[in-house]
Amino acid sequence: MTVESLEQIKARAEAAVPGSEIDIVHNPGPSRQSSLLIDNEHALAVARFLRIDPGLRLDFCSNVTGVDWLDRTVKKTVKVKKVIDGVEKEVDETQAELFPGYLEAVYHLYSMTHKHGPVIIRMRTADRADGARLPSLTPTWRSAEFQEREIFDLYGIRFDGHPDLRRILMWDEFVDHPMRKDYREPDDYEYEPTPHDDVLERAKQHYTARPQLDGAENIIAQE
Amino acid sequence: MSGQIDEGLRSELQRQGIWVTSMQDLYNWGRRSSIWPLQFGLACCAIEMIATAASRYDLARFGGEIFRPSPRQADLMIVAGTVTKKMAPQIVRLYNQMPDPKYVISMGACAISGGPFKQGYNVLKGIDRYIPVDVYIPGCPPRPEALLHAFMELQRKIDEQKLTGVGRAEHLNAAQPSEFPVPAFGAHDLEPPANPDVFEPPKIDRT
Repeated sequence: MTVESLEQIKARAEAAVPGSEIDIVHNPGPSRQSSLLIDNEHALAVARFLRIDPGLRLDFCSNVTGVDWLDRTVKKTVKVKKVIDGVEKEVDETQAELFPGYLEAVYHLYSMTHKHGPVIIRMRTADRADGARLPSLTPTWRSAEFQEREIFDLYGIRFDGHPDLRRILMWDEFVDHPMRKDYREPDDYEYEPTPHDDVLERAKQHYTARPQLDGAENIIAQE
Repeated sequence: MSGQIDEGLRSELQRQGIWVTSMQDLYNWGRRSSIWPLQFGLACCAIEMIATAASRYDLARFGGEIFRPSPRQADLMIVAGTVTKKMAPQIVRLYNQMPDPKYVISMGACAISGGPFKQGYNVLKGIDRYIPVDVYIPGCPPRPEALLHAFMELQRKIDEQKLTGVGRAEHLNAAQPSEFPVPAFGAHDLEPPANPDVFEPPKIDRT
């Protein structure tokens, strides 16, 4: 990690780029790698700051990846005051809150100069629509070029300002984005020697039912 | 024809210093002793293929050391590794560009069936969907000995090929196709997903 804490980086970046809003996304997992969530409008300026700031000098973008967050509903039990039979009572009520889904791009930054890192930054799209947009950080880190293409290919995020945004792994004629969680591949099941889990469920739809010829179906439990 | 020479008579003549052979034997001996593979690898199987060709395992002992960078000069295609759907049309195209007689070794689980990536969105479920395969080697990846074994099996297969008659070698039969249609990139999969002339999916009933 860097000498500075994420809070300090956030404060200095927000001071350096007026109008920018940076949130800290905490990671409760074992890695404890928290990250900075940068608003899309000022992302390029913040990225530029992270790169050229003498204290940080995050000059190496080692990894860019995408994340697909589906719509999720969080159910909460809330105590609500209700009038029942003329008497006011506190009643438990389940409320469901819908968080709309979004796509995320995550950048892992290191400094070759100061030998520190990673500082992780993220950007979020407004929704999961096919043309969801984010600003490209390729102008700041050249190594992000292919990886942003990969995110575009597999998740469908369009990066504004990318020099050459084309599919990189799938062929150009391919439609859809296979790393999205709701991607359904074509049902081309043929034969699987050891089907299990999802594959087993899919395989079952293709099985031809075999008549029960072993007599087991005729056995009746003795009273 | 070798079938017309009595084996006992032949060995008796050989003992006397007279060596009798047939056109078919000579022809097949020449072909099986200088199989030039096409030089390309697709994944980790290619590393084992390289080891097979290098000094420790030494494919040269079997006449297969001359890896050709051009399909026009190659006799054998070793499909060494995962065939992605993006790569498959190029493999078929390379196969079509190879002159007859030509052979294919499907090396490793991926080239046979897609292997661990079979249910993935981008991996072809076996190269035998588009081109005929002569020898399959299981393994992930197969050891160089396995590739040598496959090579020897192929040599045995060539040795048994006839020059004339009903069961003659494919390249001597004008009715046998030597080129196969190149699949096109579709919206989700290759089109067609398999060539029905070459490939029939195995059928199994389960309850």
